[in-house]
Amino acid sequence: MGKGIWVFAEQADGRLRKVTFEILSAARKIADAKSEQLCAVCLGKDIASLADKFAPYGADKVYMVSHDLLEQYTTDAYAKALCDLISKEQPSVVLFGATVLGRDLSSKVAARVGAGLASDCVDLKLDASGTLCVRRPMYAGKVYAEVVFPNAPIIAASIRPNVLVPSAPDASRTAEVVTITPEISAADIRIKIKDVVKTAAGKVDLTEAERIVSGGRGMKAAENFKMLEELADVIGATVGASRAAVDAGWRPQSDQVGQTGKVVSPNLYIACGISGSIQHYAGMGTSKVIVAINKDSEAPIFSKCDYGVVDDLFKVVPTFTAELKKMMAE
Amino acid sequence: MNSIVCLKQVPDTEAQIRVKPDGSDVVLDGVKFIINPYDEFGIEEALRLKEKFGSGKVSLVCLGPARCVEAIRTGLAMGADDAFHLDDPAFEGGDALATAQALAEQIKKMQYDIIFCGKQAIDDDQGQVGVALAEFLNIPHACLVTKVEVAPDKKSCTVNRQIVGGEEVVELPLPCVITTQKGLNEPRYASLPGIMKAKKKPLASVKAADLGLSACGAAAARTKGVNFSLPPARTAAKLIQGESPEEKAAKLAKVLREEAKVI
Repeated sequence: MGKGIWVFAEQADGRLRKVTFEILSAARKIADAKSEQLCAVCLGKDIASLADKFAPYGADKVYMVSHDLLEQYTTDAYAKALCDLISKEQPSVVLFGATVLGRDLSSKVAARVGAGLASDCVDLKLDASGTLCVRRPMYAGKVYAEVVFPNAPIIAASIRPNVLVPSAPDASRTAEVVTITPEISAADIRIKIKDVVKTAAGKVDLTEAERIVSGGRGMKAAENFKMLEELADVIGATVGASRAAVDAGWRPQSDQVGQTGKVVSPNLYIACGISGSIQHYAGMGTSKVIVAINKDSEAPIFSKCDYGVVDDLFKVVPTFTAELKKMMAE
Repeated sequence: MNSIVCLKQVPDTEAQIRVKPDGSDVVLDGVKFIINPYDEFGIEEALRLKEKFGSGKVSLVCLGPARCVEAIRTGLAMGADDAFHLDDPAFEGGDALATAQALAEQIKKMQYDIIFCGKQAIDDDQGQVGVALAEFLNIPHACLVTKVEVAPDKKSCTVNRQIVGGEEVVELPLPCVITTQKGLNEPRYASLPGIMKAKKKPLASVKAADLGLSACGAAAARTKGVNFSLPPARTAAKLIQGESPEEKAAKLAKVLREEAKVI
């Protein structure tokens, strides 16, 4: 240790992903304990306006890495820029959010620089001997492992979004800002982006949603999901689905939460007509508050939730929505 | 059209995984093993490409202990042509980086247009090997792929890959690594004739010494799981009581606002 803890600050369309602040806050405690410098590293095209966002969450230094070819994410361009900077500055630790981009980029960077990489971690801390250690789920969350990094010249980890709690921002903190123009040319980028197809324009992606309303086999038909969409609209949630609902053709694959779907970690997860299999729980088990509505009292979900209603969801949900609508209007 | 599919044998999704009392490792005794579901999408896609182009080979590459032969034979029974089993005590204790290095050394000896890897193995859930493999072979990759179209001249492919909030359509040159996402295809079942034929298909055993690696397994690993535990149980659910579903609904709304403070 002693050469810097870096946090890759993921941004898209000039907006920083919240996980950046979650990681900075946790890394700040480690930087303090080890007397290390905490640096945010931000890649993109027109990102200058983001430079002052990192100090309030504990960054001592900010690298703003700016280039036309970083406007849209490609592994080749981002990996070249980041790895060149890593080779030059030699940080001890590089942290990423375990987002689609973060998992792709961290795997590429770790392979290139020979880092030990632990993916999709839910905690990072120093163990009893002062060594950096992370905690991560395995076997779809059936087992948790603590991971250390023997023989790793650089330590890397990607952190699951919405699990760590960001500190309150401290506006009095300052950071040194360094602007870097990386050496990238079009020849470095082997992939051509032909098209971008956004699903459900305007809706928050499941993996970033603070609140999710999800439906399973108990929904019985595609049109019944309208009821969940109404509930979601009232509380600003995104609608998800269990594998059963997706396999039945009621919802698209991209809405699936679970082991073979998306891993989500919202503050509130409302499961309607979902039995709560291990495989589904693998995708939402780190949600802060889980609510289950299911008429089967034996459904496994009732041993995995915080609040449960054993009753007919077709009678519960409409009243639930109406009550919440009244509350939100107060 | 020659494809390589990287295959891992993993515990069945229903398997109960126990940990040792001292937390030093997981206990897999008595567990049922399967082909990693994401690797099955790779096998299926490779078979479809072979069928579409009318010629070529689908080769399986698997790093793992002796029991993996069962998974490899299943892949051959689905229709793959041959397999390379990296089976050596020296590979034990390897992490994603070490595994990708070993796979790369084997694959460098082979002819291929495209390589399929699963997006992640459902045991360690790391999701690194496919990307690391592409780096070590110095070829491009695309992750979370739900559709693959290979150009007739086999010099490039166009794929759909998942991104936040949607999908991207990208073109990349061959050879490349594709990591598979659910929705890419529906893997076929091995037929009875397929199972019979699989017994005669070439399955080569590869030792660490054959690959010329300076270090492998635990010696090459840069991460190590040290303390395995079962997840903490959630505190018992609070079941909302009431005379009617409507009453329960109203109570639930109240409790989420006042007690859980999430609304």
